[in-house]
Amino acid sequence: MPTVSMTVNGRKMSGECEERTLLVSFLRETLGLTGTHVGCDTSQCGACCVHVNGDSVKSCTLLAVQADGAEITTIEGVANGEELHAIQEAFRDNHGLQCGFCTPGMIMSALDLLKHNANPSETEIRHHLEGNLCRCTGYHNIVKSIQAAAVAMGGAS
Amino acid sequence: MNENGIGARVRRKEDKRFITGRGNYTDDINRHGQTHAVFLRSPHAHARIVSIDTKAAMAAGAVAVLTGKDVADAGINGLPCGWLIHNKDGSPMKEPGHPVIALDRVRHVGDIVAMVIAESKNQAKDLAELVEVDYEVLPAAVNAVEALKPGAPQVHDDVEGNLCYDWHLGEKDPVDAAFAQAAHVTKLDVYNNRLAPNAMEPRAAIGEYDRATGEHTLYTTSQNPHVIRLLMGAFVLGLPEHKLRVVSPDVGGGFGSKIFHYAEEAAVTWAAKVVGRPIKWNSDRSEAFISDAQGRDHHTHAELALDNDGKFLGFRVSTTANMGAYLSTFSTSIPTYLYATLLAGLYATPAIYAEVKAAFTNTVPVDAYRGAGRPEACFVVESIVDKAARETGRDPAALRKLNLIPASAMPYQTPVALQYDSGDFVKNIDDALKVIDYDGFPARCDASKKKGMLRGIGLSSYIEACGIAPSTVAGALGARAGLYESAEVRVHPTGSVTVFTGSHSHGQGHETTFAQIVCERLGVPIENVEVVHGDTGKIPFGMGTYGSRSLAVGGVALHNSLEKVIAKGRKIAAHMMEAAETDVEFKDGHYRVAGTDKELAFGAIALQAYVPHNFPHDELEPGLDETSFYDPKNFTYPNGCHICEVEIDPDTGVTRIERFVAVDDFGNIINPMIVEGQVHGGIMQGIGQALCEDCIYDESGQLLTGSYMDYCMPKADMVPFYEVGTNVVPCTHNALGVKGAGEAGTIGAAAAVINAIRHATGVGDIQMPATSQRVWQAINASAAQAAE
Amino acid sequence: MYAFKYHKPSSIEDAAKVFSGADDARYLSGGHTLLPSMKLRLAGPSDIVDLSGIAGLKGIKVEADKVTIGAGTRHNDVALSAEVRAAIPALADLAGGIGDFQVRNRGTIGGSIANADPSADYPAAVVGLGATVHTNKRTIAGDDFFTGMFETALEDGEIVTAVSFPRPKRAAYMKFPNPASRYAVVGVMVAETASGMRVAVTGAAASVFRVAEMEQALASNFSPDAIAGVAVPADNLNSDIHAAADYRAHLVGVMAKRAVAKAAG
Repeated sequence: MPTVSMTVNGRKMSGECEERTLLVSFLRETLGLTGTHVGCDTSQCGACCVHVNGDSVKSCTLLAVQADGAEITTIEGVANGEELHAIQEAFRDNHGLQCGFCTPGMIMSALDLLKHNANPSETEIRHHLEGNLCRCTGYHNIVKSIQAAAVAMGGAS
Repeated sequence: MNENGIGARVRRKEDKRFITGRGNYTDDINRHGQTHAVFLRSPHAHARIVSIDTKAAMAAGAVAVLTGKDVADAGINGLPCGWLIHNKDGSPMKEPGHPVIALDRVRHVGDIVAMVIAESKNQAKDLAELVEVDYEVLPAAVNAVEALKPGAPQVHDDVEGNLCYDWHLGEKDPVDAAFAQAAHVTKLDVYNNRLAPNAMEPRAAIGEYDRATGEHTLYTTSQNPHVIRLLMGAFVLGLPEHKLRVVSPDVGGGFGSKIFHYAEEAAVTWAAKVVGRPIKWNSDRSEAFISDAQGRDHHTHAELALDNDGKFLGFRVSTTANMGAYLSTFSTSIPTYLYATLLAGLYATPAIYAEVKAAFTNTVPVDAYRGAGRPEACFVVESIVDKAARETGRDPAALRKLNLIPASAMPYQTPVALQYDSGDFVKNIDDALKVIDYDGFPARCDASKKKGMLRGIGLSSYIEACGIAPSTVAGALGARAGLYESAEVRVHPTGSVTVFTGSHSHGQGHETTFAQIVCERLGVPIENVEVVHGDTGKIPFGMGTYGSRSLAVGGVALHNSLEKVIAKGRKIAAHMMEAAETDVEFKDGHYRVAGTDKELAFGAIALQAYVPHNFPHDELEPGLDETSFYDPKNFTYPNGCHICEVEIDPDTGVTRIERFVAVDDFGNIINPMIVEGQVHGGIMQGIGQALCEDCIYDESGQLLTGSYMDYCMPKADMVPFYEVGTNVVPCTHNALGVKGAGEAGTIGAAAAVINAIRHATGVGDIQMPATSQRVWQAINASAAQAAE
Repeated sequence: MYAFKYHKPSSIEDAAKVFSGADDARYLSGGHTLLPSMKLRLAGPSDIVDLSGIAGLKGIKVEADKVTIGAGTRHNDVALSAEVRAAIPALADLAGGIGDFQVRNRGTIGGSIANADPSADYPAAVVGLGATVHTNKRTIAGDDFFTGMFETALEDGEIVTAVSFPRPKRAAYMKFPNPASRYAVVGVMVAETASGMRVAVTGAAASVFRVAEMEQALASNFSPDAIAGVAVPADNLNSDIHAAADYRAHLVGVMAKRAVAKAAG
């Protein structure tokens, strides 16, 4: 089995896995980072969203071997120790989550939106979320959370 | 008011773990030495299993391959149904067996044929392909109405004509008499589309057996672990409760689909002992589409009789409900006691009669999905009321208001078994009309027309019976268990509190809401309250979370336990302050002797309870730990009015939701932020049913919408911000005055959306889901008809 | 997913060599069609040849008369490129509507066109803009590239290296997305190019096709009204649970008109 190495949340990590192992399985099962979830098998729900070399991707649609040598950020790497990131605070303040299952993917996806567009409109936020499914919130408070995060992160006025 | 008490918008205690990736869902759990199971499932809707050969899979390294024969040899029973329905003639419903693994016949695509256990999930999948199954394919029954016709394929040999039951509610003669004198009769045929619940967390289960203690543990994605323990232990596997622990840790949404006891749970629990190692199974999404119980699927014909003034005289409804291939846990109660009992809606219709036939088909079993029966009832009632308004030239809002049960008539006994306790239905409508600016609609409609668009506005007024359920009523109606709830309040020596609740949160925020109730009553800081749920090893008992019952039943049990704690504390305080118990009052977290300056904080009392140096032994026990079981006296009746405004592009048929307003009466509210969130999510699911979600089976019983490529999940860009408000009329029969908010959005929303589309297009019989194609076809057909 | 051997060559020559030496190899680019098919066990290649290690396959080159996009260039690289947006806004729009943001961060133009999904967006750009497909062996005219459902003019083992899009005078792409998958139920690229008018339709049939009648009508009058009377026959169009052939035929007309209106500004 190949050994795969990557920098995950700033730490060098490596592990053995089959070539057919998906990045999400490698993160969850080999590295024990279970904050990234799997909600579908057709690359649509976005629960598995992580950042690879700074870009949000679906870690269920990427082989672990493809990510060999990459910089990965998962939900576990968003906060600075015990200090929550502004977007995490925004999700909590705005009740942007209920069951919490889609939340890590939502946060990772929203972070990438705000990276490209610091002051997104409601329409742009809703459009961006087409790759992230939530069954609990009706998206209302997720959109509010991302709007609040944009303000807190200094983008929106 | 306590800043974190009842009524406060408290941020959720549970959120921190979820937003940092530290939630603990079933699939996040791994047990030492665990194996992985994959279930080999039938690719056919209906087939005889001629033979199964597992030798190649075993030779290639399977830990075990277990089949229906192994299950039968082990003496394992089938999965039970929890609700017995009686036919019109008093005979019991047909209840065919539901084996954990199919023995000689498969009855739906996805029916389990074998369980393949290996060292990894990938390996188990590889090996499952080596299991050779020889099927003799049989014709399939798919559509419920067709399944009841003579000559339809037989799903179960012992269920003649596929009829599970033929049931009715209400009195037929008064209804017939009402129709005989009607000035107008409105008729309606609707199909309530079948839905896949699609909690974002797929189901998962881990079975484990401890040889040293003889204990079985099941980790499972359940809304009600005690119910699973009871059903699986007592009925399926024959395991005593003290040797069976069921844990449901963080659960990623349920919407009903995680109430039921599923075959996979029994299989991993049993097989873990067989193979001597823990067994983990997690469902793929495509597997969920063919193995999670689905919802709705009703064919209904309804008729409403009106007099010359527009007053409703009588209502008759005939429904055929699809049960799928087997009876899932609560399946039989959904189209009966959770549906027909709500057919009065909010209206003072004096005579109502409903008939329901339930049919077996070669499709995935159908059971409760958010709202469960009540959305189907609301859709029928609110569709026919709208149609009656159109047919008689009345304003839909005015016709509704003319027929509403007035607040002064409460409590109101409906002709279909329920007694509504409270509500101000007129105010719900008036408030909602005001928020959406109903009077301004014609101007908005003109503006849309100028752009070449169609615009419509649709109302839906709903009521639901929830807070499920008063055990006496439920029992009389066929429930095989009571539906009370338990709560234990354990006060620790330093005054912090742990609540053990039989309710189960899978997104509803009980850790916060229940803590707020403790805060309010005991005056302890919210950070000193822990709410524990989801583990039969910790909680006395519980019926779980569904039917918008957690607060209205579990919350009241908690309230009652808190009252017991306060009473016990009063005894301790009286002893310590050397006062008569009757002179001690409890307020703001302090016991005070009336008329004196003597007082003791709750924390001091808690400490004394555990260091009782001089308690009078005969009068006062040490400890401060109280348990209550609360069985409600009646259902609770949340109600409200939803109004949807849509704009339709006639060139493409695409419907855009422009506004969605909801005014709901949930009784008293503990945490408005959480309640609003419940409404938002519920509305979205109603809109999803109305616009895009649909389980479509082909004639052979294959599910054509078996993944997110084809099953259209609602997405963020389908909706605007919802405008939600409340109209509080406290429940009259529980101590918290609460009614429940979990299902309301879903119950009301679909009819509002469809009525708006009907209004916009002028096409009265548009069915759900109103996809762009369906709307475009309807507009075209209507235009063609007008041209003729 | 079935087991396979994974290769990550650093040159096109090595990639082709590994491919030809394997039983049943597949090239992997963005992987957003291949990996989902493999996960569902609908595909089971013996070998995966990952093309992402080949440096020359990525990148965007904007010249006076054309925009050349390396086969390994991701949809978001195209969608978010200011240069592409300035040169051929319709192409940036099209790329920005593929899948979702996370998909666009992985999926590539080479992978998309080599796969030739009948509902993919890029075929409408390749044909509608009159592009040229470059491979490791030759160049293929966009009009000749797509030969059927999931079928292209590519030979076994041939690798798409880049696609060149001539700059149109004006162009626009309008898509009617499948509400579930967001693939194109119908997508229409309308372009006025140096070599004439082009109307290319994806999603509606087994493969992308041009609508000559619309092209002729637009040549004399570039306005939505000019094609209002052109009906696309439903006979050979796709029909599924989301859209029957007659609805698709109708949508082709609606999307084409809207694309013309957008291109006309």
